[in-house]
Parts: sequence; C-alpha cells; structure tokens
Amino acid sequence: MSGGSYYVPETSKWPILGSLALGAMMLGSGVMLVHGAVGMPVMLIGLFGILTVMGFWFRDVIKESRGGLYDDQMDRSFRWGMAWFIFSEVMFFAAFFGALFYVRTFALPWLDGEGAKGVASLLWPDFTASWPLLNPPDSSIAGPTDTFSPWHLPLVNTLILVSSSITLTVAHEALKEGLRATARNWLAGTVLLGLCFITIQGVEYYEAYAHYGITLEAGIYGATFFMLTGFHGLHVIIGTIILAVMLARVLQGHFTGEDHFGFEAAAWYWHFVDVVWIGLFLFVYVF
Amino acid sequence: MAFHFPKPTPEQSTTTADAGLADSHHHERPRGLMRWVLTTSHKEIGSLYLIFSLTMFFIGGIFALVVRAELFQPGLQLVEPEFFNQMTTMHGLIMVFGAVMPAFVGLANWMVPLQIGAPDMALPRLNNFSFWLLPVAFTLLLSTLFMPGGAPNFGWTFYAPLSTTYAPPSTTFFILSLHLAGISSILGAINIIATILNLRAPGMRMMDMPLFVWTWLITAFLLIAVMPVLAGVITMMLMDINFGTSFFSAAGGGDPVLFQHLFWFFGHPEVYILILPAFGIVSAIIPTFARKRLFGYASMVYATASIAILSFLVWAHHMFVVGLPLVAELFFMYATMLIAVPTGVKVFNWITTLFRGSITFEPPMLFALAFVVLFTIGGFSGLMLAIAPADFQYHDTYFVVAHFHYVLVPGAVFAIMAAVYYWLPKWTGHYPHERLSQVHFWLSVIGVNLTFFPMHFSGLAGMPRRIPDYALQFADFNMVSSLGALLYGASQLVFVLVIVMCVRGGKKAPAKAWEGAEDLEWSVPSPAPLHTFETPPNFERPVH
Repeated sequence: MSGGSYYVPETSKWPILGSLALGAMMLGSGVMLVHGAVGMPVMLIGLFGILTVMGFWFRDVIKESRGGLYDDQMDRSFRWGMAWFIFSEVMFFAAFFGALFYVRTFALPWLDGEGAKGVASLLWPDFTASWPLLNPPDSSIAGPTDTFSPWHLPLVNTLILVSSSITLTVAHEALKEGLRATARNWLAGTVLLGLCFITIQGVEYYEAYAHYGITLEAGIYGATFFMLTGFHGLHVIIGTIILAVMLARVLQGHFTGEDHFGFEAAAWYWHFVDVVWIGLFLFVYVF
Repeated sequence: MAFHFPKPTPEQSTTTADAGLADSHHHERPRGLMRWVLTTSHKEIGSLYLIFSLTMFFIGGIFALVVRAELFQPGLQLVEPEFFNQMTTMHGLIMVFGAVMPAFVGLANWMVPLQIGAPDMALPRLNNFSFWLLPVAFTLLLSTLFMPGGAPNFGWTFYAPLSTTYAPPSTTFFILSLHLAGISSILGAINIIATILNLRAPGMRMMDMPLFVWTWLITAFLLIAVMPVLAGVITMMLMDINFGTSFFSAAGGGDPVLFQHLFWFFGHPEVYILILPAFGIVSAIIPTFARKRLFGYASMVYATASIAILSFLVWAHHMFVVGLPLVAELFFMYATMLIAVPTGVKVFNWITTLFRGSITFEPPMLFALAFVVLFTIGGFSGLMLAIAPADFQYHDTYFVVAHFHYVLVPGAVFAIMAAVYYWLPKWTGHYPHERLSQVHFWLSVIGVNLTFFPMHFSGLAGMPRRIPDYALQFADFNMVSSLGALLYGASQLVFVLVIVMCVRGGKKAPAKAWEGAEDLEWSVPSPAPLHTFETPPNFERPVH
C-alpha cells in the first residue's frame, strides 16, 4: 500500500467520445446489416472515432506514466485490470468452444437418433452424424466438400505462434536485463511471426471458400470453424498491433528493466492468444 | 462491527469544512453539464448511474403498466398482441440491464471506495466510459420501438428460433445495443474488482471488508465470467440472422436448444448478479438498526461464495421441459436445491442479527425487513420450481412470473431502495423525509403484494405467461394484479419526491447519520466531499 500517492485523473474527454464513437459504430453496423450500405459512413466514422480515442487515451496514460504520476499501487491496478480483462476473453472463447463441444457431443448424435428421447431423428430420417459434418441434415444447406488436413497450414501456423511466444519471452527477458537492442530485435521478430500467421490464415480462408466449400453458410461445421478461427484471428491482429506499438515504445526508450507493465500486459495478451490457438488446433483441426 | 478511526489528517479536515472549498488545491473543474460528462469522480459517476437507473426504472415500469392494463380484463382491449409482446420483452430487458444492474453499479461506485477507504475507483476514466456506454446502448435499444416491424418481441430471454428465424429486423440493433451494455458491465466489473483487491485502506484484510464490498467482489467476478458468454451467444444470433450460419438451426446441424444452454449459462449467474449486492446492502442495514454486530460474518462471506460457485452448475433448471436427458434433469434439480442451503444461512443470519437487538424502524430498515420476508417467499417458490417433475406443470405459467418478480422487486429493487434511504444522508447531507418515506414504503409493499401474490394462484391454475388474452377464470386474479401494479407504479412517484426533497434540503445529517452504523463511510462528513480518503485512513481491526 502506498501513502496517498494514488493518481486520480481530474477529467477526461476520451470516455464520452469513445462511447459516442462506439455507439455510432454499432448504429452504422446495424443499418448496414438491415438496410444496406447507407450505414457505412456512420460505421466508419464510429470505427475511426474509437480508434482515435484509444490512441489519445493511451497517449495520456503513457504521458502520465512517464511523468512519474503512477506509483506501485497504480501498477497493481493495471495488473488486476489486465488479468481480469483476459479472463473475460477466455470466457468469450469458452462460449464458442462450448457450442462446438455441445454440437459434436449431443446435437448431432441426437439428430442421428441416439439417446433415450430420439425424437429429433424424425426430422431428417436419412441423416447420419459425422464430424467434420460434410452433409448437414437439410439438403438446402450445402456442406463442405472437404476439410483441411491439420498437418499442413494449421501445423505451420501452430509452430509460428508457439515460436512467437518464445521469441516474445526472450524479448521480455532481455528488456528486464536492460538489453534494449536485443529486446527490440526479438520483439520485431515476434511482430513478424504474427504477420506471418495472419497471412497464412488469410490464405487458408481463401482456400476454404475457393476449393473446400467451407463457408459461413456450410452448416454448423463452417459456422464453428469461422467463428472460432475468425475471432482468434481478430485477436492475433489486435495483438500484433499492440506488439507493434510496444516495439515503437521500446525504440523510444519508454521502458526500463523494472518498469514496463505496458510491455508485460501485451505479452500476457499474446500468450493468451497463443493458448487459444492450441485449443483451436486440437479441437477444430486435429480431433 | 466497531471500527476505530484515526483523527482526520489536516488535509482531510479542510475538506470537511466545505465541499466547494476542498477543490481549491485541484485544477479548475468544468461547470454545468460538462462537469458530469467529463467527470472521473466515483461519486459523480455513482450519481449518474443511479439517475440513469431510476429513469430506466420508470420507462420499464410504464411498459409493465401497458402489459397490466391489457391484462386488466380478458379479451383484447388496448394493444395489439404483437405490441403486447414487445412490451413484455422491453420491460424485462430494460429492468434487468437498464434499471437493476446500473443501480447496483451506481451504489458500488458511491460506496465501495468509501467503505474500503480508497480515494476513488482504481481506474477512474474507465469508470466514466463504463457509464456513458449505457445511455448510448439504451437509446439504441429503445429506438427499436420505432423501427419497421417493431421492437424485439420474443421475451427477455430471446430464445432462438423466435429471435433468429422469426425475429423482426430490429433484432440486429437489439443485439448491438446489448453488446454495448455488456462491454459497460465487463469494464465496470473489472474496475470494481481492481478497486477492492488493490485499494483497501492499509490494515484492512479481505475478511474485514463490509459485506456490501464482499458481495460486490463476488458479483464482479460473476459479471466478468458470464457477460462474455452473453456476448458470444448474441454474436451467434447475429451471425445466424445476417450471415447464414447454423448455430441455432437444426437444418444445418446446429440446435435451438444450444441457444438455451448458452443463454442460461449466462442467465443463471446473471440472476445472482441481480441479488448478491442486495444481500450485501441488507447485511449492512440490519445490524445498523438492530444495533448489533452482524451475526455470522464469515458464514455470510462463504455463503455468498457458495451461491456464486453453484450458480454455474444450475442453468438447465430453466430448461426442464426442453427434452433433457433424465440424468441432466436430476443433476440440475439437486444442484438447484443445494442453493437453498447457503441462501438459508443468510436468512438465518439476518434473523439472528435481529434477535434481541434494539430495533428501530427507520425507512431503510423497513425496506430491509420487507426484503427478508418477501425475498424468502420468492426463494421458496424457487425451491418449488426446482423440483423437475413439478416444474413440468409450473413451466411458463404465471407461477414463474410470480417467483422471479418476488425475488426481483421486493428482493433486488427493495434492497436498492433501502440502500438509497440508507445512504442518502451521506450523499446529500440531509435525511430523507421520514413520513413520506413511510408512505412510499407502505404503498410499495401493498402494491407489490397485490400485484404479484395473485400470480401464484393464476399460475398454479394454469395461466400461461406472455399471453395478451386469457380464459375467464383468471379474470379476478388479473384485475387485482393490475390494480396492484398501478398502485405500486404510482407510489414510486413518492420515491422521486422524497429524493428530490432530500437533495434540496431537509433535516441535516451528521457524519455518522445512523446511530448504529459502523462502517468506514460514516467517518467522512455528510455530504461526502468530492475528494475523500486521498490519504488512506489507517484501518484498525475491531476488538470484540
């Protein structure tokens, strides 16, 4: 505990601007989905607005941190904040993993007539459960024609992401030792690996739509595949941006061996994204 | 508990003199509207949350009165069935996400820092962001009423496929507004957790914290655990509606029942999010006005934690009639009944605190006592509903409506009102008008019971919920319910009157506004100056 040095910012315009921007983004997205492209400008204004607000908000925090306004207690507030934020992300992915497991373990076998009730099988008597589900129950929905082998692009991506966690740890250790150039190089490598992952995932999505018939509309397999890998991919993109910002801050000399929670929070986030990928690799691709 | 407080430091002493002067050593603060828009003060943000919540309480209440007016007599009189469904849906959504949750967050904002001796919330700017997302979210939600096809009409539980395949176009906007409210809740909960874990006064251990702080710590954990699951399930809805995925469509290999599992995995902890802070409030008020230490402090903490853990294991008791395997019916039945144990511990502790106390019946105490009695009635009807074979009869009848309104209205809402009466002297420096508060209390108690008690009977007799018309034999019960609802709704105008009068003036309150109150918030002046505990107080453990 510190004695009365906890920094309480006076006022800030970023929260209100941020919520208005987020509101505009949601409103614009809704109009786009329901009424078409007329919502696009509002959505873009909102998106640009929230990104700008985040930029300025983080700039303020960095200024205050470098201005020496934060004490150890403030540092712990940031640590708790980031840790619980990552926990909320874990639960978000848990919803999608839960959907995947429920469908594979219960819904599909029941549609196939398994279980004491066995009523669901009356809907589509010819349906046979399988995973990956290539033949959805109703003929109006075209299933995938084929699925990916986990041992090609997905394995490469797994190796890339696991390596990136290692390179990031090396960068972190170097930073703690005060070896700024080493930290910079390994961090740059990590960002590069993140970009490789995103590119390969892009190639895989192209392949999915162009040659495998795996689409959002391709029944539950396509739905779970794209939502799980899609939200993960989004998190990799965000994580890469965060790491790139950290790289810029390392170059600026913002961090010391003792005081670099911004970097550490980014590392926590990146490792979390890595762990989610391991889950995806196992349960979306391999098993 | 009896705490011993150090003498205020010189700096704190100056702040006691005049809240306005206390600002002088800070920057020039914005005036007027901008003061509220840009604020980072936990007190001002707390007030914003509470005012927002009260506004939503009236909007949701008007929707409920539309429902009750239509149900006053059998037959269709006032509104189209389609609009009736929109009213039941919007009433539930507004009350749960717009009224009760923000009210508790507002109380947490005001009181948690004061009760643990913190200068503010851990992350004050994030706090302001959390609040201002709410008006944006609920403006978007309410705007669906004016959209082609009308507002969401599938009930507050928005079961697929009603909310996907057969939903009005406005459902997309409903999903996006719920995303905003969810972000607000998660960020708010992160802030509260960080505050409690990190900003306690030196010397205050976890087991020294007032129960309101404890219950909010556990509530915040529940929020962070389940609001993302809600975000996940509404995202799946969004994809099913707009991008052709098959999460909740059996034709593509998905399952509408999957929606219910995901929704209630969020939904059941959610109902404890709506009640745990209420437990904390009542655990503060009853010892104060019984002038006795809370009986069984540690067991209260453990009971709260047990309820939170069990809340993750009972979700399918909302789905007994959906066609679950027998083993699931049994598991969820017994797990649900287990919750009665820690809840019983709490009720026992409140009653035992009252036992041989020197009880007085100030307005907060009246509401707290009504809470204990009426919430317990709702708890018992919950136990009846937990019995799976019996639930086959009760399911989707007015008995369920009676049950959850008993735990939410004389439960959560009465606790919020009790908290407002309890802490108004701390917020405004004045006591609320005693006579008018009593009028508000008695009208509310009579109104609530007139409204919801007959629903037990109409439900057991088989009246289905969410139906604008009904068979003749339910007419008398419904007429009583509707009259009660009108009385309860109208009596809330007295509540507003009391609050407005209390803000403008009234009997002056000292720092320790209630004789038997012991927690840290009563050591700062009334009204609490804008900045409190800038230097953390030294917390000394009470000696018993």
